Amino acid sequence: MATSPLAKTYEPLKTLPGDDVRQILWRFSDRFDLAMLVQSTRAVARGPVARLVAAGGRQTHDWTDAKNALLAEFDNSGITAAYMDPEEGGYLEGPKNLALALIAYELAWVDAGAATGSLAGCLALSPIHERGTQEQKDHYMGLAAPAPGKTPWRGAFALTEPIPFVGVETGMLSGRVRIVDWPEGGEPMLEVTKRGRFITNMGFANFVTAAVDTDDPRFQGSCMVILEEGDPGIFDRGTPTKKLVHQLSSTSDPVLQLRVPASRIVGGYSVVDGRIVPTYNHGEIIEAVFRRTRVTVGIMTSAKLLSAIEPLIRYHRDRFRGSGTVPPGSPRYEYGLQMKEDVTHRLLDIWATGEASCSLGFVAARVYDQLDPIEKEKDKVLAEAGIKGSMAALKYFKKRIPEALEFLDLESKAGSLRNKVRYQALKADPVVQYLVIDAQANVFCPACKLWNTGHGSQVMREAVSLMGGYGITEDCPGFLGYKWMDTQLEATYEGPEAVQRRQLSITMTNEVFLAQFRSWITEMRRLASHQPASGACTIASAMDLWLWTLEHLLHSGDADGQKLFHSNRQGVTFPMADALCWLLASRQQILDVQALREQGPLNPAVADGLEGTLTFLNDLCHMQAARSAGEVSRICSTLAYGYLRHPGWDGGCSSCVREDEIFAIESMVPGASGFCSDFVREDGTHDAKAGPCVQAVGLGDFVKLRTKLDGCMAGSMLARDRAAGSIQKVMIPAALDYPQ
Amino acid sequence: MPYQIIVCGGIAPDPLQTLEPAMGPAGPALKNEMMLPAVFDPWAAHALYEAAHLARQFPGSSIRVVTLAPKAKLQQVMMTVAQKLPFELIPIDGPGGGFTDAVEVSKVLAQAISAIPGIDMSQFLLFGGWESATRGSGCVIPMVAARLGIEDCFLAVDELKIEDGALVIKERVEGGLLQVSRCSAPPAALAWATGSLPEPPNHPQTGMANMRAMMPALQRAKPAGLTGEGFSVPQATLPAQQRQTQVVKDKPAAEISRELLEWIKG
Repeated sequence: MATSPLAKTYEPLKTLPGDDVRQILWRFSDRFDLAMLVQSTRAVARGPVARLVAAGGRQTHDWTDAKNALLAEFDNSGITAAYMDPEEGGYLEGPKNLALALIAYELAWVDAGAATGSLAGCLALSPIHERGTQEQKDHYMGLAAPAPGKTPWRGAFALTEPIPFVGVETGMLSGRVRIVDWPEGGEPMLEVTKRGRFITNMGFANFVTAAVDTDDPRFQGSCMVILEEGDPGIFDRGTPTKKLVHQLSSTSDPVLQLRVPASRIVGGYSVVDGRIVPTYNHGEIIEAVFRRTRVTVGIMTSAKLLSAIEPLIRYHRDRFRGSGTVPPGSPRYEYGLQMKEDVTHRLLDIWATGEASCSLGFVAARVYDQLDPIEKEKDKVLAEAGIKGSMAALKYFKKRIPEALEFLDLESKAGSLRNKVRYQALKADPVVQYLVIDAQANVFCPACKLWNTGHGSQVMREAVSLMGGYGITEDCPGFLGYKWMDTQLEATYEGPEAVQRRQLSITMTNEVFLAQFRSWITEMRRLASHQPASGACTIASAMDLWLWTLEHLLHSGDADGQKLFHSNRQGVTFPMADALCWLLASRQQILDVQALREQGPLNPAVADGLEGTLTFLNDLCHMQAARSAGEVSRICSTLAYGYLRHPGWDGGCSSCVREDEIFAIESMVPGASGFCSDFVREDGTHDAKAGPCVQAVGLGDFVKLRTKLDGCMAGSMLARDRAAGSIQKVMIPAALDYPQ
Repeated sequence: MPYQIIVCGGIAPDPLQTLEPAMGPAGPALKNEMMLPAVFDPWAAHALYEAAHLARQFPGSSIRVVTLAPKAKLQQVMMTVAQKLPFELIPIDGPGGGFTDAVEVSKVLAQAISAIPGIDMSQFLLFGGWESATRGSGCVIPMVAARLGIEDCFLAVDELKIEDGALVIKERVEGGLLQVSRCSAPPAALAWATGSLPEPPNHPQTGMANMRAMMPALQRAKPAGLTGEGFSVPQATLPAQQRQTQVVKDKPAAEISRELLEWIKG
């Protein structure tokens, strides 16, 4: 029998993975602009931000001078301008999704409120950047761009409204826009009334991009409008929200009633039959905005998990040092709490989750970087074809889906077996490429937001608990208690978990996504053939099981014949969405480590100690894959079996064997009765047991897949033991590089 | 008058890391040194910030940084340093730790500087750290100066002022005293102590402009070819005093000195 090469000896992890390793894992080793942004943001996070948190800056809801001073730090370090294109006052070329994700990661390493505050400005500008007219872009991006000696304008994004609309859905608005004056041949004047709730940056915003609907018959539908603090009317910033989390970001409930020219409608408008028709309704704008910004929120929780590792190791290792009864050199002195397997194993769960969630978050950001230019090309194609409006576009896309599937089919074939001309033509087609990448993005974004924050918050609680009572004090190194609480907000804002699950339950059944998912199974199997103990085979088997279950649920009914996979049946769709997140995170973690395996030896700064780093990260992949497979297995089994009616004895015992038949079988083939399930005696009674065995008709393939998956767990606990050994040996810095 | 300032500076492991000497086949080294995050040597960094300060006062001045370090590590370090001020990097690929021969290092640095075209000795100032955060031989800059034929060399410099074209230099000397010297004109070599300038803030646009030139320079960096012949470090140990690191970034200097005094008094 073949054995894993790791079965014998192994090189332990020598130091915590540094920037060189992270750059390869998260695929920006060739981007010095991003590497610089990371360093610059880190200096702000571990300097002024950390000092403010340590000084108790989170103890007040108010927007204090100390908090306000961070804005200048963001401006000076390039954080504020990172969102902008060079011609707008920025300095990064091309798409910015990965850049913003890295900013969020670095700031949230210390405090996610600071990350939210810095990114909320981008959120306010996003509607203008994504859908604004050229004049709006030039004007507001110019105002918001930092420059020496200039205080940039800052924005807030106002969508959420007070009860009853808060948290219902983004399509329902009570904010109103009405036409108050429309001079002959002149520009209409609008009155915009909007009450916001939980609006970030409101304490200091100079302008607000507000989502409003209308009840004016001369105005068609909803839109987003830009409101400035100097506009005539009421610009009341409102009272600060009494939130328990993210205290370094300004949040309040504003009241706005302002008169503005119609040129402030984001994206402009046209006049049709005497009515103002906005170019974009608010839904079209926020869709373009949120699908990108949610990724950065997911990354915030991931950063917290990884940031907890160093303080936890230090705490566990140093736990008994300083006691007169524990002499230096003794195991208790050297290893402290790390002598206990439970401590190292639980820490590994935190680490593995952090790695997997970072992998998922950063790949989502990279996919959006890929999507951005293709989306613009797609828009051009649609415009040239005269296709206007989202419904017309959807119809057009539906027609082009077969080509996207054909492209994926050709791509899965070896170069010599594919029709090269056709493949190149499809590869160069912006609409085909858009359909392929958009299908990924539509899954990765909600998956990252849902899993990173939802599961991440539970794992963050583990991190706090591993500090003991220290964890829930203000003195806890790494601010772990604050971070734990913050994760709850991250799981909620910009679309709570239910919203993400709902989106996933739709996008994960997109045939273009599923075609890619199938090719990813092959990819994992291929990888597993080279790296047998990487968890790739486990994930491939778990993906098979998930896919089989999805198909089953899509085409089957429950015991009463009711459709199983249906938008209203969230007991089915939501767990399947959860299961998919586990798979995507694990798969990407494995792929990232594979990238390090391939590129690490080429970088001398990484090559030293690479073997130990790879062994450790590979073991984390294996552990995480097993955990993911376990979740998938549990969810799929529950859904596959859970909607079968449990058999009772009252069905005439048609599936039971009679006792005399058992005796007959046994007399002919001794032991064969063991293969019979339930039997009924001559007097009609059964053995005392819970009930009759389930006859799972049609689930034979499921049973085989699940049994196979169980076998794929082999080695995962050995990987955990090995990684635990590394945790005891790994060298950590002498002290945390930010105050506590 | 503009100045041509060349700053010699290496890299050092991040001082917050656990630094543990270990004997390897090629002599002593720090345990896992290549894997540890590195910083621009703080002593050389002071020299660099002083250079930037001087260059700002005299338009047309140029700053070049000549560095002997493993280029892969140097590239990471430059991601931060390059954001501080505009300068040209002249990298030399070689070991960056404290276990190299200062004589050999000075020779390599002097050769690299001599190869720079257009050096005008009447405008030339050689800057560097008086000590270093790796081993601190304290003699590299004087030796580079000697190899370049610079006779005026100042050690432990804390301040440089230009008065009527002359260099007025404040050096630390024994007993906590400062010595003020007046050097009529360049060339001169200044090995800086801490100076008095804060670390400049990051400026990403400057960083982007710097890195566009630095990345190709790093790719082309030639190996230093240090042989270590005739040089050996038989033993390297940490000071016996147990290290108790405190991370305090915003404490006033007077408060720090008071605490240190109390600690020394026991």
